[in-house]
Amino acid sequence: MANNLDMSVELCGVKLDNPVIPASGTFGFGKEHNEFYDINILGSISVKGTTREARFGNPTPRIAECRAGLINSVGLQNPGVDAVIAKELPQLRKVFRKPIIANISGFSIDEYVECCEKIDKEEQVAIIEVNVSCPNVHNGGMSFGTQPEMAAEVTRAVKAVTTKPVFVKLSPNVTDIVAIAKACEEAGADGICLINTLLGMRIDVKRRRPVIANKMGGFSGPAVFPVAVRMVYQVANACNVPVMGCGGVESATDVIEMMMAGATAVQVGAANLKDPYACKRIIEDLPVEMERLGIERLSDIIGVVK
Amino acid sequence: MYKKGIYKIVENNPLTSDVWRMVLEGETRWIVRPGQFVNIELDGLYLRRPISICDWSDNTITIIYKVVGRGTEQMSRMTDGQTLDVLTGLGNGFNVDASGNHSLLVGGGVGVPPLYRLAKELLQKGGKVSVVLGFNTAKELFYVDEFKALGADVYVSTADGSVGVKGFVTDAIREANLDFDYFYSCGPLPMLKALCDCTDVKGELSFEERMGCGFGACMGCSCKTLTGNKRICKEGPVMRREEIIW
Repeated sequence: MANNLDMSVELCGVKLDNPVIPASGTFGFGKEHNEFYDINILGSISVKGTTREARFGNPTPRIAECRAGLINSVGLQNPGVDAVIAKELPQLRKVFRKPIIANISGFSIDEYVECCEKIDKEEQVAIIEVNVSCPNVHNGGMSFGTQPEMAAEVTRAVKAVTTKPVFVKLSPNVTDIVAIAKACEEAGADGICLINTLLGMRIDVKRRRPVIANKMGGFSGPAVFPVAVRMVYQVANACNVPVMGCGGVESATDVIEMMMAGATAVQVGAANLKDPYACKRIIEDLPVEMERLGIERLSDIIGVVK
Repeated sequence: MYKKGIYKIVENNPLTSDVWRMVLEGETRWIVRPGQFVNIELDGLYLRRPISICDWSDNTITIIYKVVGRGTEQMSRMTDGQTLDVLTGLGNGFNVDASGNHSLLVGGGVGVPPLYRLAKELLQKGGKVSVVLGFNTAKELFYVDEFKALGADVYVSTADGSVGVKGFVTDAIREANLDFDYFYSCGPLPMLKALCDCTDVKGELSFEERMGCGFGACMGCSCKTLTGNKRICKEGPVMRREEIIW
């Protein structure tokens, strides 16, 4: 391996050693995967989605096997923002020395604002990722991420109370992803992260009922990769803010493909569950793939495909 | 490498028409307690398949699985010499130290296997071990002789009465009139509930849930308990009876 290869990327002034970031909800607060390998090799970590109050989430079963992926309807189980700040982040700090990405969800503008304002004060947090797209949680209405104006409203409200870069994480379950991304950008988003899971469903044909207790859930895994690449490409070409690409990434080649589509950094989700070493393997394979494809600086390929 | 390894199949044979025993050769140092499980990657399937550990040695892991779907069906077709990518030593397992002078082990169907190693360790520790095994019918029986060979007192119930006490494990327990001071159990949920309803003695029960990762990262298999939310794969699968919310 040539040692002049440069894997570093920069997201809104935050320099990452490499573009590989475990996606929120597939990596907890780092400690489970840290039992398998030293997680300091990661570019960063997008930690478990956090809400104002502690949440158990949805009833079980909330996992379903699919061809080339899985459906989850965990429903944002988390200990609540105060416990995350008091317990989870200090524990993570002990094992992970790099800046992290906090992932915030909410059921009202007020909740987003309160959580983001609190998490913004944490020195460890470099970027705030605002999840407007989780399809698992129903609060008497559609998710914030399905309409440009609602997504913009969340973005504006959060930007007003934060100092760190804000990335809005978008749902793919929309007709026009570009309209929503642009609305967020115009409302002040510093970046866009996409895609969250695709709404899916499986049926247990023997029992004649849905596999998932909540009937539907978010589908992720390698099957969604082409959808993610397409949406990253569309959004990166339409917006001037950086994009974090996410969806079905399993290999170093996938990371490169996602970056060529326009992603500055790449999140790895479902693969962390199937193979606890997925991110480690991808990071180790990246230089080999870069060499094979004649890439010296990874940041050179961001959005090269027009 | 920690907790994950490549294992070679050295035995894979049917015990009944749909229950198989597989012996895997490889690293076993991450298995520390009876009642832990492995999570097996299978070609063409996205999620790993969690299977309880029946027994282990310095270099082999024995699992017993029932063919219930594509994953286990695929496992049953594998032959000696083939390899599997396996996460081992998952879950908390049973607490052997919690036992008293007379332990009751209650297993139903494919809930029986993890009790085998448990019985072995309890007998090594000293004290009386009674084992009650419940099945639907005579031809579904497995491991009864293996438990006897360990030196445990073994009682069997079958739903149709073809072997042992006719009825459920709770009927066999009543009929044998056992004065145990601690129990351990693994089996279908209604069996676990019926067991707790028929005794006030303290004990531990092993639960099942559909899992994503099997090592605590995805929160897919969480359950509520009186001592807080727990992940079946991480803080479980074994729970103390006093913390269970039925």
